[in-house]
Amino acid sequence: MRVRIKFSKHGVVKFIGHLDIMRYFQKAIRRSGIDIAYSSGFSPHQIMSFAAPLGVGYCSNGEYMDIEVNSHQGSDQMLTALNEVMVEGIEVLSVVALPDHAGNAMASVAAAGYTIEWKEGYEPLADLEKTVEAFLNRDTIPVVKQTKKSELSLDLKPGIYELTAKENCLYFLVDASSSGNIKPTLLLEALYRFAGQEFDPLAVQITREETYTALIDGERRTLVPLDAVGEKF
Amino acid sequence: MKEYKLALSDEVLMQVEKPARYIGNEVNSVNKAGDERVAIRFAMCFPDVYEIGMSHLGIQILYDMLNGWEDVWCERVYSPWLDLDRIMRKEHIPLFGLESQDPIKDFDFLGITLQYEMCYTNILQLLELAGLPLYATERTAEQPIVIGGGPCSYNPEPIADFFDLFYIGEGETRYRELLDLYKAHKEKGLDRDAFLREAASIPGMYVPKFYRTEYKDDGTIASFSPVYEELPKTISKEMVKDVSNTYYPMKPVVPFIKVTQDRVVLEIQRGCIRGCRFCQAGQLYRPVRERDVEVMKRYAMEMLKNTGHEEISLSSLSSSDYTDLKELVYFLIEECKKRSINISLPSLRIDAFSLDVMSKVQDIKKSSLTFAPEAGSQRLRDVINKGLSEETILKGSALAFQGGWSRVKLYFMLGLPTETEEDIRGIADLSNKIAATYFEVVPKEERKNGSVQIVASSSFFIPKPFTPFQWSPMNTREEFIDKAQTVKKAVREQINQKRIKYNWHEADVSMIEGLLARGDRKLSKVIEKVYRKGALFESWSEHFHYDLWLEALKECGLSLDFYTTRERSLEEIFPWDFLDCGVTKAFLIREWKQALEEKESPNCKQKCLGCGAARYGVGVCVEEKAAKAAE
Ligand code: SF4
Repeated sequence: MRVRIKFSKHGVVKFIGHLDIMRYFQKAIRRSGIDIAYSSGFSPHQIMSFAAPLGVGYCSNGEYMDIEVNSHQGSDQMLTALNEVMVEGIEVLSVVALPDHAGNAMASVAAAGYTIEWKEGYEPLADLEKTVEAFLNRDTIPVVKQTKKSELSLDLKPGIYELTAKENCLYFLVDASSSGNIKPTLLLEALYRFAGQEFDPLAVQITREETYTALIDGERRTLVPLDAVGEKF
Repeated sequence: MKEYKLALSDEVLMQVEKPARYIGNEVNSVNKAGDERVAIRFAMCFPDVYEIGMSHLGIQILYDMLNGWEDVWCERVYSPWLDLDRIMRKEHIPLFGLESQDPIKDFDFLGITLQYEMCYTNILQLLELAGLPLYATERTAEQPIVIGGGPCSYNPEPIADFFDLFYIGEGETRYRELLDLYKAHKEKGLDRDAFLREAASIPGMYVPKFYRTEYKDDGTIASFSPVYEELPKTISKEMVKDVSNTYYPMKPVVPFIKVTQDRVVLEIQRGCIRGCRFCQAGQLYRPVRERDVEVMKRYAMEMLKNTGHEEISLSSLSSSDYTDLKELVYFLIEECKKRSINISLPSLRIDAFSLDVMSKVQDIKKSSLTFAPEAGSQRLRDVINKGLSEETILKGSALAFQGGWSRVKLYFMLGLPTETEEDIRGIADLSNKIAATYFEVVPKEERKNGSVQIVASSSFFIPKPFTPFQWSPMNTREEFIDKAQTVKKAVREQINQKRIKYNWHEADVSMIEGLLARGDRKLSKVIEKVYRKGALFESWSEHFHYDLWLEALKECGLSLDFYTTRERSLEEIFPWDFLDCGVTKAFLIREWKQALEEKESPNCKQKCLGCGAARYGVGVCVEEKAAKAAE
């Protein structure tokens, strides 16, 4: 059975990188006693995959991973067993079983929502609400993306599904699919440049609020959290 | 927004490589913040980077023991890597404990573990970043007591001036007594010297500033004695008598990042029966004490459960000598298979049993056989008392080659006492013979994995205190390099030379290890100078600078040769002679003479050599000997 696990990441563990979070969960699952399935071979590994990697320094309320289990005692028990072995800062929020047709966590990602807060000692972007309004009012939002080999010009606008400013905070919902992922810092750089200022990545705390998948019903595309496609068991 | 406490700001952590080294909060780490029972704050420091320090079992044992006491909070400290070191100095950020993130300058104790000589400059880094004076005599009542322990404390003299106290021997036995004494002193207002003076009477404790060395004109020691009458003239090592019934960390800390030893470690025994004459550990940890196999099984299962590690390994100086090895290993193979856990085997004597085990836990195609003949000829192996014959090596290799193995790793030393050109060339010879054995026993059609591959490595011999070779001169740097070249050439002359790869260690760092290993108190100044010249992380070859040491020695008017290549007489007083590590000097002299006569000695299971360790009345010393049993 395939199980999707949602967790949050806050506090000091935001400095743990994606690969180490994977290692952390491999060990946590062993400690929890969950009957996870292993690959065969000389060094068997757990059947586990993560949705979207989270950058070092980011917090999150909506991280996901899928695992395969041989047996279980229900989703509530699994959730409790996992939370008993977590470190401070990582909490398992939901555990659901995936239907057979559901794609894996990574391939399912369509969008992600982020909150941006300015850290103590840093000034938020001046006139935040107005700036955001003007920023969005353009027909295109051109940016230059640095890749390893070259520079790529692209338009951010189609990938920004929502962008609001409120009380010195920003919230945005953007494309996070493998083909069109918009990094939060790319959007923030564009916004700062638009305001004629330079963006300092150390000034903000970025929190991923949720990771979404797209449900397609004919013409209609709805974004739902990644765990909405599964059910408690 | 910020709901956590870290000593380093986000700005700093986002700048440095691997910020997870500095945030603590790992699984099974102990946080006693706000616990009012805590009366003693202890910082356990490993003077190397997190990934190395976190892999050390000894620290985990002491961490577990100290935190098991409700009045003590022990935290971990590792050397900040060079990037953070720079920032901490520039921004005046004091060094902190990982658990509380509090500055360690306010702690009661700084325990520094001394695992290898090349970490000595990092000790000074820890002290300086903590904001403490480097020299013990300059510390005030408010500052922590700096205590050293671990294998290098068996010659503490080169770093004696930096420490208030050394704990000689195994840490499990005397900390409670020491901490109780400290508490009593702290309650009435700590007078550093009064505390240290009383502490110096606890067995195993050495307070260097209460001991004075007088030198002869030739630079050797004339006398070494305590400045107060009541202090012991000799300090005996501390030792755990019942190793099955003592502290062991059932819940070791599980790091977030990958560390060198990312697994459960099961220490199956302490000590070694073998008595190789170059080996310091083999003498220091006498007598051999085995842990009960049932206890080991229980520990293994519990630790795997508590850590979630996917690998387990056995640790000891010579695992093949553990009486119940078969039982333990087959138990682990069965239990670990059920749980998909890997077993990382220690190097074992090659025989039918070890090959069976290896074939069960490793991929034969990828794994290799390991032999440590240490010397290239039988004559020299007798000198060093390495009871490993050419016949055993060739037979073991043949067995393994027939079983499908085709890679062999060989470990040697160059510069051993009495070594001749023939012994040196023997390294190439032996390597060739092993390759030839492969072609002999494996028919052409079965040579699948691209034929046999032999990797021979050599390190340079460094005489160590408390070994029969402590009197031996060390080779010069030039001799070392010449010898490595001789081996290299000799390998090229072999018929199977294409199948043999030869590596050797750097000679420079061996010279400095040799300097520090048998050094005296005069070297404190040298170490400080080298540190001031910018040396750090010298166990990492890319950060080691030989010339800094030569410069510093020159500035202090000291000679490298005096400490390394000089011939020492049997009468000479060594800097470490005031310590008693369990074996007597008379025994070491006997063994030194046996060595020069090219005579082997039996191991502790065969026959007792009367080394002195029988006084503890435990372990192998009280077991019946093979020689006796056979009568
Ligand atoms: S006293 Fe004898 S048996 Fe005991 S450690 Fe020494 S040599 Fe070995």
